[in-house]
Amino acid sequence: MFRQLRTALRTGIVTEPAARGEIERVGARLASEVARLFGRSLAIRQVDAGSCNGCELEITGLTGPHYDLERFGLRFVASPRHADCLLVTGPVTRNMAEALRRTWQATPDPKFVVAVGDCGRDGGLFRGSYAVVGGVADVVPVDAVIPGCPPSPAALLAGLLEAIGRPRR
Amino acid sequence: MNRLVYGVIAAMGIVAAGLGGYGMAGGAGTLRLAWLVPLGGLELTLDPLGGLFLGLIGLAAAPASVYGMGDPDGGGRGRLAYAVFVASMCLVPLAANTMTFLIAWELMSLASYALVLHDRESEESVRAGWIYAVMTHAGLACLLAGMLLLGAEVGSQRFADWRAAAPALAPATRDLAFVLLALGFAGKAGVIPLHVWLPLAHPAAPSHVSALMSGVMIKLGIYGLLRVSLDWLGVGPPWWGATLLVAGAVSSVIGVLYALVEHDLKRLLAFHSIENIGIILLGIGSAALYRVAGLDALARLGLIAALYHTVNHAAFKALLFLGAGAVVHATGTRNMEAMGGLIKRMPWTAGCFLVGSAAIAALPPLNGFVSEWLTFLALFQNTRLDAVGQNLVFTLGIASLALTGGLAMACFVKAFGITFLALPRSDAAAGAHEASPPMRLAMLTLAAACVALGLGPTLVVPVFGSVAAAILKTPPSATGGDWLTLRVAGEFASLSTAAIAVALAASLLVPFAAFWILGAARRTRAYETWGCGRIVQTARMEYTATAFANPFKRVFDFFYRPSKRLDIEFHPESRFFVERIEYENPTRSIFDDWLYRPALELLQAAARAVGALQSGSANQYLAYILVALLLMLVLA
Amino acid sequence: MIASLAVALVHIAVVGAGAPLLIGALGTLKARLVGRRGPSPWQPYADFRKLLAKEVVVSTTTSWVFRATPYLLVATSLVTALIVPVATVRPPLAFAGNIILLVYLFMLGTFFLALAGLDAGSAFGGMGSSREVAVAALAEPTVIVAVFALALRADTIDLGRIVERFGSEPHLALNPAHLLAFAAFFIVMLAETGRLPVDNPATHLELTMIHEAMVLEYSGRYLALVEWASAMKLFLFMTLLANLFVPWGLTEPTGPVAVLGGLLALAGKLSVLTLAVAVLETAVAKLRLFRVPELLAGSFALAFLSLMAVFLVR
Repeated sequence: MFRQLRTALRTGIVTEPAARGEIERVGARLASEVARLFGRSLAIRQVDAGSCNGCELEITGLTGPHYDLERFGLRFVASPRHADCLLVTGPVTRNMAEALRRTWQATPDPKFVVAVGDCGRDGGLFRGSYAVVGGVADVVPVDAVIPGCPPSPAALLAGLLEAIGRPRR
Repeated sequence: MNRLVYGVIAAMGIVAAGLGGYGMAGGAGTLRLAWLVPLGGLELTLDPLGGLFLGLIGLAAAPASVYGMGDPDGGGRGRLAYAVFVASMCLVPLAANTMTFLIAWELMSLASYALVLHDRESEESVRAGWIYAVMTHAGLACLLAGMLLLGAEVGSQRFADWRAAAPALAPATRDLAFVLLALGFAGKAGVIPLHVWLPLAHPAAPSHVSALMSGVMIKLGIYGLLRVSLDWLGVGPPWWGATLLVAGAVSSVIGVLYALVEHDLKRLLAFHSIENIGIILLGIGSAALYRVAGLDALARLGLIAALYHTVNHAAFKALLFLGAGAVVHATGTRNMEAMGGLIKRMPWTAGCFLVGSAAIAALPPLNGFVSEWLTFLALFQNTRLDAVGQNLVFTLGIASLALTGGLAMACFVKAFGITFLALPRSDAAAGAHEASPPMRLAMLTLAAACVALGLGPTLVVPVFGSVAAAILKTPPSATGGDWLTLRVAGEFASLSTAAIAVALAASLLVPFAAFWILGAARRTRAYETWGCGRIVQTARMEYTATAFANPFKRVFDFFYRPSKRLDIEFHPESRFFVERIEYENPTRSIFDDWLYRPALELLQAAARAVGALQSGSANQYLAYILVALLLMLVLA
Repeated sequence: MIASLAVALVHIAVVGAGAPLLIGALGTLKARLVGRRGPSPWQPYADFRKLLAKEVVVSTTTSWVFRATPYLLVATSLVTALIVPVATVRPPLAFAGNIILLVYLFMLGTFFLALAGLDAGSAFGGMGSSREVAVAALAEPTVIVAVFALALRADTIDLGRIVERFGSEPHLALNPAHLLAFAAFFIVMLAETGRLPVDNPATHLELTMIHEAMVLEYSGRYLALVEWASAMKLFLFMTLLANLFVPWGLTEPTGPVAVLGGLLALAGKLSVLTLAVAVLETAVAKLRLFRVPELLAGSFALAFLSLMAVFLVR
């Protein structure tokens, strides 16, 4: 216990400053109003709609000390009832379509949806497969897309900050 | 016809309550009918303690009878037995000599036996009745032995004479009388380990009868214990009080532990009665110990706590049993695993049951909290005693009371939550209807009583204080505090449930004010429960009572010794598909395994051994007669 | 009369407004200890502000119990705030209650929260309720026995007077029994407020949740109330730990200066405690659920030893 504490204190804070990134806005729903509401506090619920977990691994990096999304007031929550933003990964498979829809319904308004990766945009690698419905926009209304296969944690963070209208820090 | 009989009994109850109030206030009266009963005649005397119990019986019998008016199931057959039951219970606290007491006691037992057996077809009822009859008559034998012993020593069968002769009794006789009488009364009260009849008999009887049996009849066992330990035998040695305290501590914890794993709603309530009897015994035991040490004010405190809890328990246990009866009547089953969602179908019953649950879980500002608070204080004051052994016993009492409080809350979260909340777990529960108006009236009256007893301790405690002073033969002193606050033992502690209630009510408005000031959104949307995106929600996905009790079963597994039974039915075509799984996790009762079964086996072995005397040969019997005759001639 | 009303307002303001700061500071400290920059200590205020603007989604399976519980939780926390000696030794409702009332007021909140967990009809809620009441029930003997040990030496169970007696007679406070009672109370605080190693407040795995599982169904302003009440509970437990066991700095409410002095003392004590809790939470892992009763039994043993120490020293 003490060794771990000593190492942590000696290493210090390793958080890197956030870079500027790309985000594709889909539709005009991501209005400044939403940004004003969620500018300082955003609860994100990550939904795996059939992804290969490549995007999940990158998203996990966001909670680590290097990317640390908590310093911007963003955090991950377990229940969609607590969430403001649904971070959806994967092409929506047929088995997960209804579940995704119910998750979206269970989230209280105002909310917005961010589709992650090329799969989230339009099915990516798996586009046209018999098991896949299409991109996330084919199941729930999407407000923004963070492209990449997979997008790096820096790109994810930059995209999320852009979505809530925060200047980079 | 039904309504007339029950109406008369309810009126009788109210009259009894009035008489009881008169007795508590200090009025006394005597009735002697020497010719009515052999060996001493019928003698009834009203004194403060008797008055309190008489009032209790009356005030509990009235709502129970009103409930009986509205209950179509239990109403019909047991009317006479019910009338005899209530009447004989009213006579017990008034009895002033042995014969009167024992006749009233036996009438009460026989009437309740008849009521327990009201459903003669069911094997469960018959077994419950049998065990109840055996235990209650074993208790009667102890009482008979003790009372006759005392009567022979003192030379009179009247209780007043015993009281006067108490200081002059030989210690050995006094101790023996105490043990016999305490065993008999403890059996009636349901103290561990004499409790085996309680969880069988109470559920088998109709609900208004269960309410009276649990709320009032077992209190007569407490009445007896109070008389024995504090009144008839004078001031006894410390081991009396210590035994009562330890018995109370053990009963309270074991009672609630058994209640936690029960799925039969009425059996759960019956086990809780055992727990509350334990709490009352904690108060009585502490009063006895303080009295021996000469600390009269503290003895009064312990006794007030015990009396208060007696009255409170009658109120909320009767309420809970009546509520359970309404639920059982509406759903047709006593099994909690088949209930659920009743709060929307039976809102009044649910509301009353919630008040009862909160009261029995000792949540402020209701009555259960006040009496448990007083009991805690009585136990805390043991620092004034100098004997370390007694301090340890008191500490055991404190720890067990604390554990009981927490476990009781857990148990009633389960009882209320599984029975009333979420989705119905069976068609019967889905089709439940609200209770009839008389039943609702009875429950509302008792719920109001719980709230009143909780908010008004400052009015109730002085009354109990004077009763306590009368028994302990100390001058009544005003308890501290004014109309709002109850003060105990000077600066030691104070309580004002009324102030807390007002503060809670005012605090409930704070969030609304905050919402208005901060401009909170007001929209509400209805949707399904979050289930990780599953398509349909059925009752099979809810938490079950077995699962709810599982953490306790695992933590206390040395006590419950659970055994698992898992039955899996596979699909005929493939072992990978399961058609049905049946899982049971029953607990075993250590008292059945270690106490009663060995005792019964010993009894049977002894009977077999003695049975050798019954040889069937007439010559041997003649020889027996000759030997007996010779012995009598020699000894006489 | 005016004075006690003013003190009551101070209590409510300090506890109500200070609780989110406590949680926020705890979060920041925990992040810094693992090398992250972490959220700002004022983050919970931003979270509450945002939650108040969200709509509430209520499940059709629930009943009025679900909707009433957040208000009841806040009410019990606020009333408790009026009984705990926060800045002075005369809390406004001292005449109305003492430490036993406090324990049972918290139980009132737990009772209704557990019912709300069962109300939604989901397995998560039921599981959370079952575990929460199990932990609360097993923690209770420790609290009462530890309190008894304190009450023994102070000769009263009124919280303000205990603080006053220990403050004015230091020799009562500086003995091993006190330390044992402090340790027992500290463990119970962790159990009752759902901190590591009993429960991880930041977990996302429902099967490991105790407190969080019961609030999975709450959203919007209801969620804000539930989180606020839970923050106030942590604040009140820490205040109790700080003021009962380290009583210096609190005096009679003779005027604004005395109250301010008390508040400053409290702030100092709470900072130390928050740091201790942050270090502990970073250093230990969550216990397996069925090891928690062992921990609670250990804390009971400590409380019992503390009591025995008092009896023997007397």
